[in-house]
Formats: sequence, structure tokens, C-alpha cells
Amino acid sequence: MAQDINTKTQSNASGIERTKDSTTYIPRVDIYEADETLYILADMPGADESSVNITLEKDILTIEAGVDESIYSNLNPVYLEYGTGDYRRQFTLGNEIDRDKIEASIKNGVLKITFPKAEPLKTKKIAIQAG
Amino acid sequence: MMITLLNPERVFGTLEQDLTRAFSRRQAYPPVNVYASEEDVTLTSEIPGILPDDLDISIAGDTLTLKAERKPIELEASQTWHRRERGFGSFTRTIKLPYNIESSKVEASFDRGVLRLSLPRAESDKPRKINVRTA
Repeated sequence: MAQDINTKTQSNASGIERTKDSTTYIPRVDIYEADETLYILADMPGADESSVNITLEKDILTIEAGVDESIYSNLNPVYLEYGTGDYRRQFTLGNEIDRDKIEASIKNGVLKITFPKAEPLKTKKIAIQAG
Repeated sequence: MMITLLNPERVFGTLEQDLTRAFSRRQAYPPVNVYASEEDVTLTSEIPGILPDDLDISIAGDTLTLKAERKPIELEASQTWHRRERGFGSFTRTIKLPYNIESSKVEASFDRGVLRLSLPRAESDKPRKINVRTA
């Protein structure tokens, strides 16, 4: 069995209580960067394009997703290794991201977000006028 | 790894399992849930990021084997990792079910990274009622 494979982790460290009585899981992510783009991949089995919410407020990126739990209803559980519930995770984004060009897609329970980097900010010189 | 099903009545015995899980660092992958009635077993598993064709499911009698491979992301020389939490590799799980399965009637679906198998009990394995005649 592969050593690097892990299962999902329950979220409990945020300190913010939720109004909904359900468990929230932290999706596992891969983050990698190329010259012009940053990529985030997140494992969110059970989520699809209609249930994922990605928001960017100031420099905090929030990924949230609901899961369709109907496939588990009306069944009599005898052995359970995983639980189901919403996903939530937050990241801080740097200034170098072009916020208007962020794109996301989800396939087979894996969310992929693409962050194109912005042009380097030009240094602006401010002239000082003599008083 | 071989799992033997617990007593079906022990639905509420999961706290002990949860504790065991919390303290054991590595858990079998992919995680499976098993649901059963007298007539059939439903098995679900969360395996995000693989294609249905990469899954190999086989059933012999009351034993189910699940094999798949999740391929690693290969980065180009100009790319760098920041975080790498998602696992990869090939895995095999063997699960012993509570009774023999009619393997010709098994239905499988793979949607949003969740596998769902519907496994009907073999006719020959179903309990039969025996009528007792009075002499």
C-alpha cells in the first residue's frame, strides 16, 4: 500500500461555531507553482460544480463545498471508515495573483483552481514638490 | 488488508473505531463504508481523482477486491511544489462481505469521486424457510 495516501481530516480548529449541525472536513490539497501560474488541487469527493463555493475577500481565499449525502440514506451501516459532510479551507493569497483571471473546475471530486500571476507591479516614483 | 465485517447489529459501536482510528497514524486507502440488509450489500468508497477505467473490481464468493492507481502529478523543471498533501500510488483492498454475492447482478457507479457498488446476495445463499409438516 502506498504510504503517501491519506484520508480526510475533520476540521475543529477554526474556533468559529457553525449553525448547521454537521461535521466539516478539511480537504487535502496540492499546491504548485509555475513561472506564470499557481495551482491548487483539492480532494473533495462527493462535491460537484453546483456545490462548490470559492470566495476571495481581501487576500483570504475560501473554498467551501457541500456534499450530496442522499446516496447514503436509507441504508443500514455495518462498517464505516469515513464520514461525510461539508468541506472548508482557507488560504492567504499574495499580491502577485491577477484576481480577475482566477479559474476553477471540478472533476471526479477533485477541484482545480488556477491563479494566473499579474504583471509585476511597476515602481512608481512620487515627485516631491518644493513648498 | 483484510477487513471482516462486524456484527451488523453493532451500528453504534463506532466510537471505539473512531478512537482507534484517531490514534492509528495510517489508515487503509481508500476508505470504504459498508451497508447491509438481508438481501444486499452496498459498498461506497471515496476515491477522488481517478477515472472509472482505472478501477479494477472483482468478486469471488463473499470476497471483494478493489484495485486502483492514483497517478502522481509530475512537475516540469520550471514548476515547484508548495504543498503536497494528496496521496498517490496504487492500492488494493480486500473486503470480506457478510454473504456470497451474485456477481452477475452487481451494479457499480462512480460519480464525483465516490464509488458505489450494489451487491445482491446470491440466491443460493439466501436463507430458506423450511416448512414443518405435522405428521
